[in-house]
Amino acid sequence: MVSRISDTVTEPRREDRLPSTASSAVKIVIVGGFGVGKTTFVRSVSEIRPLTTEETMTQAGAGIDDIAGVERKTVTTVAMDFGRITLNDELVLYLFGTPGQQRFWFLWNGLFEGALGAIVLVDTRRLEVSFDVIGRLEEAEVPFVIAVNSFPDATSYLTEEVRGALDLPDSVPIVVCDARERPSSRDVLLSLMRYLRTFVTTSEST
Amino acid sequence: MSTSDRDWDEGGPERLYVITGGRADSTEQADLDLVTLIVSREEPKAGIQPELAAILRVCRSPVSVAEISAHLTLPTSVISVLLADLLADGRVEARTPASSRPDIALIEAVIDGLQNL
Repeated sequence: MVSRISDTVTEPRREDRLPSTASSAVKIVIVGGFGVGKTTFVRSVSEIRPLTTEETMTQAGAGIDDIAGVERKTVTTVAMDFGRITLNDELVLYLFGTPGQQRFWFLWNGLFEGALGAIVLVDTRRLEVSFDVIGRLEEAEVPFVIAVNSFPDATSYLTEEVRGALDLPDSVPIVVCDARERPSSRDVLLSLMRYLRTFVTTSEST
Repeated sequence: MSTSDRDWDEGGPERLYVITGGRADSTEQADLDLVTLIVSREEPKAGIQPELAAILRVCRSPVSVAEISAHLTLPTSVISVLLADLLADGRVEARTPASSRPDIALIEAVIDGLQNL
């Protein structure tokens, strides 16, 4: 049997369906090191149980881009969890939590393209794992805010200490959150949106 | 990292090749974003390829490309190829994402929606 599709397909639960008037969607990407709470963040604000999407990509440098190649080693599969928030009858927000291997995030076609922006979730016990992704977001000109996930046993840093450690300009917002709590995660999303609003107002007034 | 309790297909690239009829080239994928919303315009007809039938059923209400991928446990690039067929003969419609350069109205709409959470 080539296909077992009928065994594996799930249909959206009735209560998970979007209104038929839903006409456009936006996305925000949640990035951060392994175990920093990306999936926890997505789960706390999502109206649906987080789903997993997957993309296959050829290993960099393999020199073979034929997915049909029988050399399975040339194809890498990357999975990503995502959630959803219905903002109003027409507009839907999707939140994508990126997987652990940072080098794949920027290979995923269209993950950052068209995204409103990104949230960099950091753990003050391991700030150094965020350097690479921050650099790449800056290169890709994806607007982002830093959300410090407050782990109970982490030393409490002042946001300005985090700013210094991550070498970020004053303009980039840094907020402290508890990714397990919906209001707290929602406030992080709001700080990203308010940050984006400053860009639009600035560029419109010049 | 995955919260899925279902296994993704481990059949390897060969199975995906069969599903897409060998078309994995980006020129044969519809120009779709992960969050393009897809809506069925008809019910699946008898004899239709099972994957296409599954998409038509999942998309009875608007569903993003990422959600279709999750529900069918197939990679987004494969879903994109299948959707190109369905879009070409009007069996589904695509509602394109809001602009990547958001205007103030869009930003305010997102803020309002979040504040109502």
